[in-house]
Amino acid sequence: MSNKCCCNERSHYFDKFDKILAKYEGKEADLIPILQNIQDAYGYLPQDVLDELCNRTGLHPSQVMGVATFYSQFRLKPTGENLIKLCFGTACHVNGAEKVAEALADELKIEIGGTTEDGKFTLETVACLGCCSLAPVMMIGDETYGRLTPDKARKIIRGFYENRGE
Amino acid sequence: MRIGVSNMRKGDYKVIVGLGSCGIAAGGNKVYDAFKGIVEKSEIPVILDETGCMGMCYKEVLVEVIDPDGKSVIYGEVTPEKANKIFESHIIEGKPVTEWIVKADDLETSEDSFFNKQMRIVLRRCGAINPESIDEAIAMDAYKAIEKAIKTMTPEQVIEEVLNSGLRGRGGAGFPTGMKWKFARASQDSKKYIICNADEGDPGAFMDRSVLEGDPHSVIEGMMIAGYAIGADEGYIYARAEYPLAIKRLKIAIKDAEERGFLGKNILGTDFSFKIKIKEGAGAFVCGEETALLASIEGKRGMPRMRPPFPAVKGLWEKPTNINNVETFANVPYIILHGASEYAKYGTEKSKGTKVFALAGKIAKGGLVEVPMGIPLKEIIYDIGGGTSSGKKFKAVQMGGPSGGCIPADLIDTIIDYDSVNQTGAIMGSGGMIVMDEDNCMVDIARFFLTFTQKESCGKCTFCRIGTKRMLEILERITKGEGKEGDIELLEELCANIKKNSLCGLGQTAPNPVLTTIKYFRHEYEAHIRDKKCPAKQCKALIEYRILEDKCIGCTACSRVCPVKAISGEVKKTHKIDSSICTKCGACKATCKFGAIIVE
Repeated sequence: MSNKCCCNERSHYFDKFDKILAKYEGKEADLIPILQNIQDAYGYLPQDVLDELCNRTGLHPSQVMGVATFYSQFRLKPTGENLIKLCFGTACHVNGAEKVAEALADELKIEIGGTTEDGKFTLETVACLGCCSLAPVMMIGDETYGRLTPDKARKIIRGFYENRGE
Repeated sequence: MRIGVSNMRKGDYKVIVGLGSCGIAAGGNKVYDAFKGIVEKSEIPVILDETGCMGMCYKEVLVEVIDPDGKSVIYGEVTPEKANKIFESHIIEGKPVTEWIVKADDLETSEDSFFNKQMRIVLRRCGAINPESIDEAIAMDAYKAIEKAIKTMTPEQVIEEVLNSGLRGRGGAGFPTGMKWKFARASQDSKKYIICNADEGDPGAFMDRSVLEGDPHSVIEGMMIAGYAIGADEGYIYARAEYPLAIKRLKIAIKDAEERGFLGKNILGTDFSFKIKIKEGAGAFVCGEETALLASIEGKRGMPRMRPPFPAVKGLWEKPTNINNVETFANVPYIILHGASEYAKYGTEKSKGTKVFALAGKIAKGGLVEVPMGIPLKEIIYDIGGGTSSGKKFKAVQMGGPSGGCIPADLIDTIIDYDSVNQTGAIMGSGGMIVMDEDNCMVDIARFFLTFTQKESCGKCTFCRIGTKRMLEILERITKGEGKEGDIELLEELCANIKKNSLCGLGQTAPNPVLTTIKYFRHEYEAHIRDKKCPAKQCKALIEYRILEDKCIGCTACSRVCPVKAISGEVKKTHKIDSSICTKCGACKATCKFGAIIVE
């Protein structure tokens, strides 16, 4: 898919990026906040935007990719419509998070880190969501689901599909 | 629009909803909205407000109702439905709903034991103020300590006071805070920095988040005092990106403090100037290490470097820098305002003051607790935490996260101070305290932490990068029943080498969870390796699910819930599990109402 229109003008695709870059001087110290802003705007770090970032700031591609791949927050691929963040913190672990993970993977027919074929869900594990008293916990989008059991987790996923009339 | 306490008229009721991350996760916003709807329609004037973490995470959502005469009642496990009843009964009819009360000024409740042994210094304003209102913070002494420091004390006197208080770094290592400040003060440079390490990365630890969400001003004020003491005019707060609410409230607090002239140039008419910026982390556990944190603020990969030079000499952008964690800073205003001796009243000879713990895992009353140093572990787990949530036998408590270790049940009389905890092989750490019962496999816990550290190793040091990987492989093999004689010794050898040959705290402490579990639960390792048994019945490869013939009534509940159809049997006849198909997910056991399914 080309991001430029037929007359070779920059398409609106980069508008969001232009706005982000305008806020910063583009120095090395700005790199992490810039990448965070790009991810907020595009949902992930698209390669063509990163290329543009290097061209415009003079930051070296190895430097940009080095940072983008070092920190777990950054993703180089888009996620599904709903991102499931299943907590693998200690409190969740001792309360059975692994069993919940298996149930979710089985229900969605994907591996951890994968996205469903219909693009509805991406399943990820995170180190700790910090609501340990509700363990085991997961977040889908901004909503938190606590005191999970494998069965409850499956029902939540089914609920998503049913509510949308599918 | 939310109305602060300053607008409260005499004779008004006040309803305060706990909206820390825990409260929100439990549905706090829905409860807040329910009250909002009721209050808007009500003829009785009621002030609706929010606050941060009240500590009793196990009873979220928490709602406090303050009577016109100032009496307070806290309700637990409030839902939008319960909001109606609370409003009607308590506020309209004047009859508090006794059965939902978890804490009250003039009523004893079964939950009082949660607070009786606590001492709140760091959390002095958490849960008591609206964290988004600087007025409420000021009404409870915020920014009085910085005023005292810059108007009546020299920087040297401030450092002396902090030294005398005995305050040690609450990030885990326990280095004396005053000493750190002294080194940074001694560095000659026109530019210096203060950094607040809010990269709370230990899984199962949420102390710093709760402080930032509940009382951001205490941290800002602590940083300012440190800035005055070492001669810095700029500070950074390096916060986990996973803490959006903490970051939001910090931003509001910084803006409010600037508008009131507490932050900025010539603060309170003195020569002292100070500004604070927030840097959001991007998800790397190693950035909790101070030199890695500095690299990350500078926009680089967060990898640690050799020390010396220490940050106090060469830190952020090569300038002298003092780094403390959130809880350490939150202690400082109290020390300056009330004096070192008042603070040092609490604690043991070498560990003064209090410590905040995030009590979680298999604990009945999990939450955020602050206790005086020197309290026995037993009192935290039983008197405050109410024992295990399962009612089963307490087995061990994990302290210090991936850098810490497991303290077994027979050492439960250990007192909480840096040195006593270190003696067990665990560390005080930043304050995560995960309770485990007899169902938790200690080899599995060791494997869990190694999975974490192995993933988070930045890769710079060979022993940490490859050593943790090899350890993880051995632990995985043991939990799969493929352990070999000599594996324990091999683990111990790797542990010793990783500790010795890693540059930073991550590698140096990564073996601790393994070493302590071998030390106290060697028999569990041996059972996995020699007998191919998991005594806690957790490790899947070593267990089997079986249906007891005399207990099964053939209700078919288990076969219906089995995701892989491994259970067969006719109605009203004994069922059977085909272990060649069974994935050991445990769904059947959780469903069976007759206790007919056992794990062997």
